[in-house]
Amino acid sequence: MACFLVPMTEAIVATIAQKVIKKKEKKAGVHAVTSADGFEYEKTPFSKKLGWLNKLLWGGSALLAFEHVWHGEVVPYFPFLTAAGDPADAAEMLHEMGTAGVCMAAIVTVVWIGMLLVAKSLEKRALKALPTVR
Amino acid sequence: MTLLVTVFAAAITTAIWYKKQPDSSMKLGILSWMFWGASLMWLIDAIFEYAEIGAEYFTPALKDMANDLFLGLSVVALALIIWIVILLIWDPKDVIKAKLLKKKEK
Repeated sequence: MACFLVPMTEAIVATIAQKVIKKKEKKAGVHAVTSADGFEYEKTPFSKKLGWLNKLLWGGSALLAFEHVWHGEVVPYFPFLTAAGDPADAAEMLHEMGTAGVCMAAIVTVVWIGMLLVAKSLEKRALKALPTVR
Repeated sequence: MTLLVTVFAAAITTAIWYKKQPDSSMKLGILSWMFWGASLMWLIDAIFEYAEIGAEYFTPALKDMANDLFLGLSVVALALIIWIVILLIWDPKDVIKAKLLKKKEK
């Protein structure tokens, strides 16, 4: 009914957080690792990794919003959500947001955390493979 | 069916994105992220539906299947439109810029 609103809300919060973190990272400067062969290697900054979450959340909720338009649950006029017009439907909608919506936001976040862990271990492995890190 | 179409789209775009690396001028990553995000969300939708109707979930009526397939393809079309718009606005290869500003030698 309106489950996509939950991941969309998370996307808004995560986008703001990404902007703030990116500014802080710019102020702090880049931490590069120089290898023996003279090349500099930069680790992927956290703001970029947060960008992965944002893209998953924004992309997913945009396509899900389209599905809701398809099923007539979202309309281009007030109150925009057809279920919002009736108290019984509104209660059902809120219940769906609290269950399916929250689970959608949670699964995307869990997958992203998994990606962070994999990325971290890949970074470590790549650093170890460098010709004697200085 | 919508979930299936989106998962296929996600896997195909990711494979193409990987093959094209390190050239990311086509911004295929955007398309890939979009499809994976939607796939995860529709997976939850599918789990909830399965919990509600049980094994019946795997034997949908032909009409429902056709409608879901139509929706899945429409979703892919919408994602492609979003990607194309982003690509043209971003213009990583400066194609649009070159079209708008023609360089002339003196």
